[in-house]
Amino acid sequence: MEEVPHDCPGVGSAQAGRGASCQGCPNQGLCASGAGAAPDPAIEEIKEKMKTVKHKILVLSGKGGVGKSTFSAHLAHGLAEDENTQVALLDIDICGPSIPKIMGLEGEQVHQSGSGWSPVFLEDNLGVMSVGFLLSSPDDAVIWRGPKKNGMIKQFLRDVDWGEVDYLIVDTPPGTSDEHLSAVQYLAAAHIDGAVIITTPQEVSLQDVRKEINFCHKVKLPIIGVVENMSGFICPKCQESQIFPPTTGGAEVMCQGLKVPLLGKVPLDPRIGKSCDKGQSFLVEAPDSPATLAYRSIIQRIQEFCSLRQPKGENLVGS
Amino acid sequence: MKRSQGEGSHCPLVRRHFTQAGRRTVRGGSGWKSCGHPGGMEAAAEPGNLAGVRHIILVLSGKGGVGKSTISTELALALRHAGKKVGILDVDLCGPSIPRMLRVQGKAVHQCDSGWVPVFVDQEQSISLMSVGFLLEKPDEAVVWRGPKKNALIKQFVSDVAWGQLDYLVVDTPPGTSDEHMAVVDAMRPYSPLGALVVTTPQAVSVGDVRRELTFCKKVGLRVIGVVENMSGFVCPHCAALCPWTPRSRGAWRRAETSSGGSPRALRFLRSPA
Repeated sequence: MEEVPHDCPGVGSAQAGRGASCQGCPNQGLCASGAGAAPDPAIEEIKEKMKTVKHKILVLSGKGGVGKSTFSAHLAHGLAEDENTQVALLDIDICGPSIPKIMGLEGEQVHQSGSGWSPVFLEDNLGVMSVGFLLSSPDDAVIWRGPKKNGMIKQFLRDVDWGEVDYLIVDTPPGTSDEHLSAVQYLAAAHIDGAVIITTPQEVSLQDVRKEINFCHKVKLPIIGVVENMSGFICPKCQESQIFPPTTGGAEVMCQGLKVPLLGKVPLDPRIGKSCDKGQSFLVEAPDSPATLAYRSIIQRIQEFCSLRQPKGENLVGS
Repeated sequence: MKRSQGEGSHCPLVRRHFTQAGRRTVRGGSGWKSCGHPGGMEAAAEPGNLAGVRHIILVLSGKGGVGKSTISTELALALRHAGKKVGILDVDLCGPSIPRMLRVQGKAVHQCDSGWVPVFVDQEQSISLMSVGFLLEKPDEAVVWRGPKKNALIKQFVSDVAWGQLDYLVVDTPPGTSDEHMAVVDAMRPYSPLGALVVTTPQAVSVGDVRRELTFCKKVGLRVIGVVENMSGFVCPHCAALCPWTPRSRGAWRRAETSSGGSPRALRFLRSPA
């Protein structure tokens, strides 16, 4: 890693790239040309591309393993049950792409056309894109640092030919790092409707999710609401249990304290994991499960939120 | 984030890859040693602060939420129970869970001549912990950093924490195979880590990510001590039934063993509600 030049005048300075202290800095040419101060041209390109996408929803969580990808997949399934609704699911978890497996699309390939990359279509109205489709083997590890991951996310947003889409759902990895900053930054001009934040009831999850809520506030990303996943466990024998006790009140108390909406609580049905492993829609496999009813209620609230949002061009998300 | 007020130097690399240029005063105010150029890593840290550590174990998983932090904590507690002195290094900068698990959230980190003093979890000082959680001004503050800044802090955690004499240093990592993992493997390499414990749960979605983690270990030359299958079953507190709360995917486990190039030891843990 390079040292910061002593007395660096700063990228925005008139002396950027021209001062005596800039000699030898690897970015001297960049600063001198003024390119360092210019916004990334990809932001405008993505804004153009996203004009055919009506609603953009990010699915976030500070915590890993709470069910972001599961929820993203079932949100996509639920929305796509209406044949007239075009749905796109974008997986930007570069290191751990789960969406191909959960959607039953493992092994599928991405094709290039004159208008860009074609997403993989599960249904006529449900397209999916993930780095998982670009790996030659499921065991391939994506060992990339932040800048390379950012480049991939930029390509996903700029070069995939999504077509006319009603809902673009973006599944993210856990945390508040490169992928999240890049998604918000690149979509800054294209108007994100909001973020759905997933948690489980225990405090170890909630403490990470509070950070995620703070991240959303920092980058001015609207929060559609919080989903408490694995909210109860349906024991196959006695039909009652609590696998993650909400020792501090669970998501309900957290949402009251932080004044964000609680969209719903989804109980843990073991058949959800089974459906994900098989790549099937749990909503279809177990239509009578309390978890299915919870999913459908949450999906409806998300649709209502999106339908109330201002048209594109107003209330833009800042980065 | 607690930091000393540095001058407003804004190298374009910092601007592109950092959300805020931060400075931290360590040992006499040297400030940031680097600005986080993404091109590569500096040479490994000074030998001093890890010289007294006998064994280093990394706890990894490609998948989030499988129980890495829990396993790291329980491993440390078990080693202490066996009479060992243990340190825990929590390099999950975005989601530091270990302070809460050991009930030391809110503790302050102090400085000594050798660097940062890790937080002792118990009166006997047999478990020490370093986490970014101790460095936040507010517990809910988000660490919104890109890779280079995370790499820099991890390097500091490795080189500037005065661990003293330890039998084991357990390194808890976030999910994935990215900046944090490369940074910690690079920084620990001169100290010949014992190896990695890779944690998974039974379902195929987890095992898939863990296969990638095993590939990562192979590529970076990190020995796999073994794989832990966590949440292998659930004991219902109401009816005491033992049931799989995440169904086991037949064949997924055997594929994981094959892809690791050997047969790592496998341990299985049941889940009981706390």
